[in-house]
Amino acid sequence: MKRLSLMLGLAVATTAAMQSCKMKTAATAVQGDAASKTYVAPGKYDEIYNFVSGGFNGQVSVYGLPSGRLLKVIPVFAVNPENGYGYSEETKAMLNTTNGLIPWDDQHHLDLSQTNGEQDGRWLFANANNTPRVARIDLTTFKTMEILQIPNSAGNHSSPFITENTEYVVAGTRFSVPLGSEDVPISSFKDNFHSTASFISVDKNSGKMDLAFQIVLPGMNLDLSHAGKGPSHDWFFFSSYNTEQAYTLLEVNASQKDKDYIVAVNWKKAEEYAKAGKGKKVPATYAHNTYDEHKQTATSEIKNEVLLLDPKDCPDMVYMIPCPKSPHGCDIDPSGEYIVGSGKLAALIPVFSFSKMTKAIAGKQFEGDFKGIPIIKYEAALHGEVQKPGLGPLHTEFDGKGNAYTSMFLSSEVVKWSLKDLQVLDRVPTYYSVGHLMIPGGDTRKPGGKYLVAYNKITKDRFLPTGPELAQSAQLYDISGDKMQLILDFPTFGEPHYAQACQASLIKDKQVKYYDINKNGHDYVTMGEKKANVVRKGNRVDIYMTAIRSHLVPDNIEGVFVGDEVYFHVTNLEQDWDIPHGFAIKNNPNAELLIMPGETVTLKFSPDKQGIYPFYCTDFCSALHQEMSGYLRVSPKGANVPLKFGTGETVTSVAAK
Amino acid sequence: MKQASLLTAAAAIALLLYGCGSTPQADTEKPAADNSMAATTPATPTPAAAAAADAKGKGKFTSVALTDPLDQKMIASGKSTYEVKCAACHKLTGDKLVGPGWKGVTERRKPEWIMNFITNTDEMIDKDPAAQAMLEECMVRMPNQHLTDDEARHVLEYMRSNDGKK
Ligand SMILES: [Cu+2]
Repeated sequence: MKRLSLMLGLAVATTAAMQSCKMKTAATAVQGDAASKTYVAPGKYDEIYNFVSGGFNGQVSVYGLPSGRLLKVIPVFAVNPENGYGYSEETKAMLNTTNGLIPWDDQHHLDLSQTNGEQDGRWLFANANNTPRVARIDLTTFKTMEILQIPNSAGNHSSPFITENTEYVVAGTRFSVPLGSEDVPISSFKDNFHSTASFISVDKNSGKMDLAFQIVLPGMNLDLSHAGKGPSHDWFFFSSYNTEQAYTLLEVNASQKDKDYIVAVNWKKAEEYAKAGKGKKVPATYAHNTYDEHKQTATSEIKNEVLLLDPKDCPDMVYMIPCPKSPHGCDIDPSGEYIVGSGKLAALIPVFSFSKMTKAIAGKQFEGDFKGIPIIKYEAALHGEVQKPGLGPLHTEFDGKGNAYTSMFLSSEVVKWSLKDLQVLDRVPTYYSVGHLMIPGGDTRKPGGKYLVAYNKITKDRFLPTGPELAQSAQLYDISGDKMQLILDFPTFGEPHYAQACQASLIKDKQVKYYDINKNGHDYVTMGEKKANVVRKGNRVDIYMTAIRSHLVPDNIEGVFVGDEVYFHVTNLEQDWDIPHGFAIKNNPNAELLIMPGETVTLKFSPDKQGIYPFYCTDFCSALHQEMSGYLRVSPKGANVPLKFGTGETVTSVAAK
Repeated sequence: MKQASLLTAAAAIALLLYGCGSTPQADTEKPAADNSMAATTPATPTPAAAAAADAKGKGKFTSVALTDPLDQKMIASGKSTYEVKCAACHKLTGDKLVGPGWKGVTERRKPEWIMNFITNTDEMIDKDPAAQAMLEECMVRMPNQHLTDDEARHVLEYMRSNDGKK
């Protein structure tokens, strides 16, 4: 009897405990009217462009919200055989680095350009984590226009966050490394390894990037970043971990200390120091790749020098704020007053006050220094702590109504809390292991408070299974009311790491529909079929080819030999929206081309066997698409075959030698 | 009687259905149709209507002033536009390439029709009976090559010169 009641008691207690921490199921989380909130009828447009990082896919994908429909994949740091990015002669230079063409990277964060702290719909910046690079994408063409390599850096994670007038894009080191190319023992980490915060200036009109200066910081891991805004406009904040300066078994050794730091950088001061010559110019090689729209061709320039700023020589430029514990996100609220550090191993969320921080600096309320950089007293900068928010706080976005939303990686939920009194207001489950959150404009001065998207790392049981590898997922929440409501989940392309989103109206009407053929300044343009030509110089053969519905000119080419380097420069003569032509040739160990209307793109082919090689348009462009093809004859080296080309009866001619 | 009223009712329903089913999308909302994979079904207009409509085609050009004598500058400019944007599909002779040869086109079509076809290609192909007849023959929709009004006018002058006008 006694035993039974004990057992019953235990069972009840266990059930109660389980109930209280048990997540809502998908069925109870989603309400009946969810579908109508995300349904965008055929022929209707979505409200919002959502730019989502591709993670280890190296690209950026674009979704419409609220439908979750995939609109486009923009290749940035990875070659893309679908349109020849990184394969065509024009775009190979985009992926050039000081280590040659690197066809892949890990694309983690995105930032939309801003003016006065509001999105302006001009450019999208993207980072490459592995071989540190920052890219700029033009939002009139959705094309990658520029890629800048970052020297003295590794694991370009706290990047590419921008200041509120897009004055600077930052790139912060996740993995500390020695500066330059010194050969040092790994065990000399504390002496020889450094982290750097790179500041890339952005030209107001052209968007062109330039590595303005790097701030050299102690060896540690810079994780995430955000610029101040409004009153904190002059500052940039980085979260850090591994201030233990460990270099092996980091999962244990980098979690020793109770607090790491938020690194507060006064970039205005840094800019002044840089201008006043307080920096040191040191040799450093890095590639700067730009795509010239007029020539439709990218070029890669190798730069040789970088300006380093040492906090020792630049007082009042860098401060440390203690932050529990291995902070990940470092997010600034729309007013610019609150700095939210999310300690991924902490059981609370510390919220710092910018005005308290500046007061503490003025009153020298320091508790020592970290390798010479003053550490502000925790309590002196603290606005307060959100108690028991959930497990594994990672990243916070804001709705512009005084609320913050933090992702909880371990407990798989989104927690809404109030900036003013730091009370938890609501929580909803995510499926599962959410990383970043995104509210359109949620990191600007003007967030849109209607939707929140959670980008999740694990998808098991959400969609039809596809073997061991599943698509990752994003989940859309309606946050317009007091309670958050899950209204959609959709699979994503690549790892949806961070994202940005803005109203469609900011971008939609600026779209380029075709390139004006009369402005085509490509070195190998063919201005009309009459100009089609084949030119041999030594063993290089340049084919000036045109494409229009439904034929290629020339479509018969002879007099090419094994060992030649053949360049197909294909100009799409169409001047109509949405009529690209493709180009592919049999057995070419390369990719296809996709040539936009009015554009010229080049495919290189080096035949190593004789034979007849058909080529054709890969894009189903018209009823006579199948007919849009031709033949290249490749003869043995030294064969007596004259160079000859033509299409139909009009242009057959023998090329001039 | 009973049967008749039923029939009337059926007819009314049919009309209603027809009315609902065929409510056309506002023309402005409809994307300029297609890449010719899906053939648009031409609404067959009555011959009389067609005859009245097709003379000048559909578009903003309702009267085009012709030069006399021909304007040599326009001809030169029209020729260079032809070479970049038109020659891929149109020969200067009467022979069809992808599209019809140009010889005699200024005899067959009014100048307004030509100007409208060049600048308002998609609507003309969708609605103009003569343009639709050409589509059935050529099986490729003429690409809208986005010529400016001036460029179109210059091409017309070049066509007139090609037809031996003086
Ligand atoms: Cu084609």
